[in-house]
Amino acid sequence: MSEGIVTVSYIGATVLFILALGGLSHPETARRGNLYGMIGMSIAMLATIFGVVTGNYALLIGALVIGGAIGFTLALRVQMTQMPELVAILHSLVGLAAVLVGFASFLDPESHFIGVELTIHDIEIYIGVLIGAVTFSGSVIAFGKLSGKIGGKPLTLPARHWLNLILVLAMIWFGVEFVQGSAAGEGLTPLLIMTAIALLLGIHMVMAIGGGDMHVVVSMLNSYSGWAASATGFMLSNDLLIVTGALVGSSGAILSYIMCRAMNRKFIAVIAGGFGTSGGTTVGAEDQGEVVPISAAETAELLVNAKEVMIVPGYGMAVAQAQHIVNEITRCLRDKGVNVRFGIHPVAGRMPGHMNVLLAEARVPYDIVFEMDEINDDFPKIDVSIVIGANDIVNPSAQTDPDSPIAGMPVLEVWKGDTTIVLKRSMATGYAGVQNPLFFKENTRMLFGDARESLDEVLKGL
Amino acid sequence: MRIGIPKEIFEEERRVAATPEVAAKLRDLGFDVAVESGAGAAASFDDEAYRGAGVEVIGDAATLWSDSDIILKVRAPLDGGPQDEIGRLRDGQVLVSFLWPAQNPELLDKLAAKGVTTLAMDSIPRISRAQKMDALSSMANIAGYRAVVEAAQHFGRFFTGQITAAGKIPPAKVLVIGAGVAGLAAIGAAKGMGAIVRAFDTRPEVKEQVESMDGEFLLLDFEEEGSGTGGYAKVMSEEFIKAEMELFAQQAEEVDIIITTALIPGKPAPKLITAEMVKSMKAGSVVVDLAAEQGGNCELTQPHKVVEQHGVTLIGYTDLPSRLAAQSSQLYGTNLRHLLTDMCPEKDGQLVVDMDDEVIRGATVVKGNEITWPPPAPKLSAAPPKPAEQKAAEPPPAPKPRAPAWVGPAVTFGVGALALLGLGSVAPPSFMAHFTVFVLACFVGYMVIWNVTPALHTPLMSVTNAISSIIIIGALLQISSGETWIMWIATLTVLITSINIFGGFAVTRRMLQMFQK
Repeated sequence: MSEGIVTVSYIGATVLFILALGGLSHPETARRGNLYGMIGMSIAMLATIFGVVTGNYALLIGALVIGGAIGFTLALRVQMTQMPELVAILHSLVGLAAVLVGFASFLDPESHFIGVELTIHDIEIYIGVLIGAVTFSGSVIAFGKLSGKIGGKPLTLPARHWLNLILVLAMIWFGVEFVQGSAAGEGLTPLLIMTAIALLLGIHMVMAIGGGDMHVVVSMLNSYSGWAASATGFMLSNDLLIVTGALVGSSGAILSYIMCRAMNRKFIAVIAGGFGTSGGTTVGAEDQGEVVPISAAETAELLVNAKEVMIVPGYGMAVAQAQHIVNEITRCLRDKGVNVRFGIHPVAGRMPGHMNVLLAEARVPYDIVFEMDEINDDFPKIDVSIVIGANDIVNPSAQTDPDSPIAGMPVLEVWKGDTTIVLKRSMATGYAGVQNPLFFKENTRMLFGDARESLDEVLKGL
Repeated sequence: MRIGIPKEIFEEERRVAATPEVAAKLRDLGFDVAVESGAGAAASFDDEAYRGAGVEVIGDAATLWSDSDIILKVRAPLDGGPQDEIGRLRDGQVLVSFLWPAQNPELLDKLAAKGVTTLAMDSIPRISRAQKMDALSSMANIAGYRAVVEAAQHFGRFFTGQITAAGKIPPAKVLVIGAGVAGLAAIGAAKGMGAIVRAFDTRPEVKEQVESMDGEFLLLDFEEEGSGTGGYAKVMSEEFIKAEMELFAQQAEEVDIIITTALIPGKPAPKLITAEMVKSMKAGSVVVDLAAEQGGNCELTQPHKVVEQHGVTLIGYTDLPSRLAAQSSQLYGTNLRHLLTDMCPEKDGQLVVDMDDEVIRGATVVKGNEITWPPPAPKLSAAPPKPAEQKAAEPPPAPKPRAPAWVGPAVTFGVGALALLGLGSVAPPSFMAHFTVFVLACFVGYMVIWNVTPALHTPLMSVTNAISSIIIIGALLQISSGETWIMWIATLTVLITSINIFGGFAVTRRMLQMFQK
């Protein structure tokens, strides 16, 4: 295959990737988008395999088949509630790949750059490996946190910002060493040391971020994996990698930005970590009155008599795997003529769009699932809101208490409806560690217990 | 213990202290329940219904009073007469009813002399925990509703506006003064019938509640906080009252119906609607004075009666809850049941008067031979306590000198331009070609992603993740290397990225299949 055809294939793949991302803008076109992505990837791989690869086909095919089989199995076995973990661990693979490709590229005896080109090539390798290593270790830690293998609490070392700064400075210093060493035909040692430091940096950065900020972490790592691919593209002078990496990188960056905006927090503040450990003293200490419990049977009665019902799911629904029963309740109520809708906060759950995926899995029609901005004004018209395992995203003190750690974060104004039923296991605080005045409002009723069991009872009552 | 529910003998009192449904629940608490024959008749609960709930029906009032350990009543016991209720009480009995201890000190003396432990339903502290037994609120709710119904009956027009073939009917305008429980209920009822409803209250915190009932809150251009203790209003300053009266005078000319519910605890009702105002109202207008029993908010109302003055109907009924006897008996009975449930923690039919419990302490006005009224006042208000004053006294921190809005972007662009220039001056052309592609791709990504619906963020992330495994191309380029271990590194890379490719696309596919209408 000529080089021209390979290039054309790459252009085709690039276009398909852009179409793939564009296709995901709406549920109806999303599946086509995914298909475009697959075709693009196949074209790129085939063009490379037949156009550039000159040997070792057996190994190549073997690795592809084994890897593909593992990937398929993972994808088919994973529970929808475990999606965040899966995405995180997959990110780590991209990071690791970037590191490996970087090393291989550096050690490749066939490369013959000189002068400025060599320097630039070295810098590209260095940056590619760096981003790859941070992505890799960061994603592994994120995976640990999301799957509960590592505690969700942020690890806040003393002077952690200085520590990060020192690590970054050290990496720059070793970068200079590396470029100089490489010109003299060496440089492997600084590269290895830097890799170790980058791994540490990734671990430390994600460890310092609290569980409530996991959205930002996951999308940030997504972005990093893109930049890693892009850096690799520079290092290999491959436009396809550059473009695709940049697409993924900017998409992840925008997602992170959207998530930060949804929490009314600065990106830097989230990355610097430590959320939920400071402040939060003012509200929790005060006695806010009493909560009024409600039974499942009474809940069912309220629901049947309501006209407008809003369901606000949170991470608790994912933990209790309650999405299916929620769907059955929804179906049952809709059959009775009750208008049931879902209000999704942008940072509900542990990754962007987490709740939507769970509800989709339970076959809740997507056109009754609404974003916060779409439905927040409707709450005064709502008869019954059900809050399932959510806390901070429905906390009125974000609007009323300027000292609250979540002050200014947009929240779902459930308390404006007639009645709010909060499903909760206990009176514990949410991830932000803030007490929630919603629970003490006069029109709030608490349904304590495991969300799935409680909702089972409610469904029976219907 | 045995609970007795006598027939109310107060004139025109139709309520009963416990409906059959409530009585059955009291039995679940372990009490024996007896009811006087015909006690529920005026509230449409016949003796059969009580028998059906397992309640003993006793024909003779005297027997019922003497055999019961606990007497549940609506009205305070009457003194003297052929049915001397006070005389029928005996030492050691417990009486629960409305009592108005502030207005009836001599009644307390008599009850204490007899040794009757007395709980006044009207003295239950108005705190969150006691809401379920707050009979004042449940009765006020009914009174507010009924006030609108009475007004409608005496008002010669529709409430709702209509445009008919026979002409246009303007909607009635209703002014509700005092947006407590009764006021809010009145707002809701009047609104439900289609009237335009305005409301006024001295407590600014109720504005939101009024608006939640779809009423229009009339604001007084005057700074004074009208919230007293326990969620009630307090007496206002003279200037305030003057401004308030001007507002009412102006409204009186406009509105068709005025419903007044203004009460200040322990004081006669404030006079808010003067004879002048009544005179200025349109003929056929209606004033319902819910404070008639406490002297009335309107100068011309007469308690217990409907009178017509200057062409305006003035309703001074004091028995509005009793006019919806079945409903108010049910709610009052439920309030009583909640109180007894709290006082009978073991559910064994034994009543415990726990004076350490804030609610019970507040309600108990006589314990044995001792008068325990008034209780130490609990201080709670619907409005949050004011933050410490000194906070407001602090001078506001000097605003930081902020750069004009254009500086931020300008700096960003400047730095970006310099960096690009620096790069362009040293980098070889091959790099710049790649760099151009890179920057353009970033912008394409930026443009494309903004359109993605938030519902698809997770699939988006998993698809971009799969796409980022394009890094496999790098490994493929290296796999044919002559160096054995570069080949092996590349193979390993191919392996892990292919996990990502297949896993990523497959899981995205799986997720997207679930998104359906």
